[in-house]
Amino acid sequence: METTITTYALILALPLVAFVVQVFLGKRLPRGGDWLVIGAICIDLLLSLRVFFGALFFSSFAGTPFVWNLHGWLGDADTGVLALSTGIMVDNVTAMMLVVVTSCSTLIFLFSTGYMAGHPRYGLFFAYLSLFAFSMLLLVLGNNLIALFMGWELVGLSSYLLIGFLFEEPVVAPDIVPASACKKAFITNRIGDTGFLLGILTLFSFTGKIAYGDVFEAVRNGAFGDHATLLTVAGILLFCGAMAKSAQFPLHVWLPDAMAGPTPVSALIHAATMVAAGVYMVARLYPLFTPDALTFIAYTGAFTALFGATVALVMNDIKRVLAYSTISQLGYMVFGLGVGAYSAGLFHLMTHAFFKALLFLAAGSVIHAMHRAYHHAGLEWNPRSGENDAQDMRNMGGLRKAMPVTFVTTAVAVLAISGVPFTSGFLSKDMILGGAFAFGFVEYPQHFLIPVFGFAAAILTAFYMARFLIMTFLGATRVAERGQEALRESPWNMTVPLVLLAVLCGWFWYNPDPTTIFAKGWVSSFLTPPASAVPPTLVTPSADAHHVAHLTAMLVSLVCAGAGFFAAWMLDRRGAISLEHWRLSGSRVYQLLANKYYVDELYHTTVVAGMVGLSRILGWFDKVFIDGMVNATGRFQTGLSELSGLIDKFGVDGLVNGLARFVRDTGNEVRQIQTGRIQNYIVYATVGLIVLIVVTGM
Amino acid sequence: MVQLPHFLTVSALLFAAGVFAVVTRRNAVALLMGVELMLNAANLNFAAFSRFSHNALDGQIFAMLSIVTAAAEVAVALAIVLNIYRNIETIDADRAGDLRG
Repeated sequence: METTITTYALILALPLVAFVVQVFLGKRLPRGGDWLVIGAICIDLLLSLRVFFGALFFSSFAGTPFVWNLHGWLGDADTGVLALSTGIMVDNVTAMMLVVVTSCSTLIFLFSTGYMAGHPRYGLFFAYLSLFAFSMLLLVLGNNLIALFMGWELVGLSSYLLIGFLFEEPVVAPDIVPASACKKAFITNRIGDTGFLLGILTLFSFTGKIAYGDVFEAVRNGAFGDHATLLTVAGILLFCGAMAKSAQFPLHVWLPDAMAGPTPVSALIHAATMVAAGVYMVARLYPLFTPDALTFIAYTGAFTALFGATVALVMNDIKRVLAYSTISQLGYMVFGLGVGAYSAGLFHLMTHAFFKALLFLAAGSVIHAMHRAYHHAGLEWNPRSGENDAQDMRNMGGLRKAMPVTFVTTAVAVLAISGVPFTSGFLSKDMILGGAFAFGFVEYPQHFLIPVFGFAAAILTAFYMARFLIMTFLGATRVAERGQEALRESPWNMTVPLVLLAVLCGWFWYNPDPTTIFAKGWVSSFLTPPASAVPPTLVTPSADAHHVAHLTAMLVSLVCAGAGFFAAWMLDRRGAISLEHWRLSGSRVYQLLANKYYVDELYHTTVVAGMVGLSRILGWFDKVFIDGMVNATGRFQTGLSELSGLIDKFGVDGLVNGLARFVRDTGNEVRQIQTGRIQNYIVYATVGLIVLIVVTGM
Repeated sequence: MVQLPHFLTVSALLFAAGVFAVVTRRNAVALLMGVELMLNAANLNFAAFSRFSHNALDGQIFAMLSIVTAAAEVAVALAIVLNIYRNIETIDADRAGDLRG
């Protein structure tokens, strides 16, 4: 199954064309042009599936990835000065990412036709979605660091546009303002991107190449030479980009606020695909990371996994629970890659994309129904007191009867994310935890914290996801009575994506053997870690401990999931554990969690206040010194002009006027003589005559 | 013996009287009379100089010519004055300013 550049060019071009057409003609097309965007992404999905199955069954990229180059993209190809070419590279990882991106996009676009129905900017919403799809595919398909960075920034842009899509609404959830949430996301990402760009430039300055393969080759041949530690620094700088994009602590703050976007956006961009870009980047540049950099990555990921899970425990907003859950799950992928479980990290990226997209879409379906119920009951949301909040799980409960499809599909996703057997999540999470177990307990006991964090997060994940399911769908309903009759299942275009995603949460697609004892599934052979390009001086030899750890890790993670579910059951049935009691008891820990560890407050008092203070000082400096200098120059000029004005007025003008005045005055005086009286003239003539005579006589 | 200076003195007095009349008078006829006095002072000078300097008749002939010319001039001037009187009913020279620029 050979593929050609036509396939990939089509995959890239279709969403871009759909975006351009939508932006200019979206309003005039029937149905707001959603069919155009969905048609484009559907064709993309078919093409991607063809590429993927070609790779899976016919090994089309075995050993050699598909590469196509556009020479002379930048610089001068003739002289070779800074001549850079761009292009497309497709291997197994790309093929998997293509399918994940296009399948999630297709289902979520379809869901959006129901969720966004009737919105005044319906067409524009689809335009932005299409722009996102194009950017994400560019990010995935590019064969070099610059193309990766361009895709990276473009997904950031479409994320910004979509988070702020409801910009005219003052608040969409407690404390979330779309117009500032999108700025927060963009600026936080910019901080990470600075590191990312510095990393790219470090690599470029040492190797002079940008294409992945060339960079790896150059590094392998000793491009870093004596500065081997700089490679670690470059790796950590690159990872900074992933920290922002994949919401790793401490740059995670934008993701919970990104829930200000419409729910399909949260599902597609802020759960399934874009946030996985950081993980994809780490996987793509995997050969460059030195063991030190990987350890840093592993610790960041493990801490984030636990951090996100603890905050998710006490959140009550349905989307916030999922947002912190996403942060936690991204931490899983990142530390999976960090501990060397390369295929496990990418595998979890794929399974997480499906079940988290499903969870978000289900949440969207629930929010949709809740809005209808409140609208029907004539109740308005009060953002200040939090009353009648359609996103607050404390206002839900018992929705399973009204929304059976949403309930069942959500339950599947909850089982998957908690790592229960017979789900996709069990397979991927187990692989990651197995890797972590081998890394922290067997290979490097000094790094035991990484698996400990991982397993603790697994317990918490099972707990908060069960709590999410119970509070939303089970028990007695807490929806206002007048609104209950309006609660009903969402239309087909919203439930079909839910069902399809739920089907993808099953184990069968990934491994026919749900226990993974007898068969390892296609993933571990399909997504094999690339050979490291790091100079051998930096690498410590490691034993393949994964097999030893595998079964033990699986058992431990099962126990973890069980413990989490048990705790949630206690919470629900027995009241033995009550978050409400915990809250009312004024526990410091509860306060810490409910306030998300005060990270936002910390940033506000340090970074934001620092920036504001610095800006004030600069503003004062500007006002006093720069303005002072400018004003002084101005004043000097004014003075000089006044002086020259005076000279002009009294010197030059005085001379001219004086002359004129002299002539005029003289004329006036002389005129007196000419009286027109003949007698006077005669007198003058006579006097003159006498004078003449007297003078000549003398 | 009456000598040249005596004539010249009379002549000067006559001329001064004429000038005085022309300068001080407004009446056009009085002005003409002043002019006639000055003319006659000049005529007297002509006659006196011709008699006392080279004893010939040329000065007296000039005086005769001047008297005739003056007569013609007075005739014309009186006609103008008469016309002025007809037009503006006065012969005050200061009031006759129609031709003033």
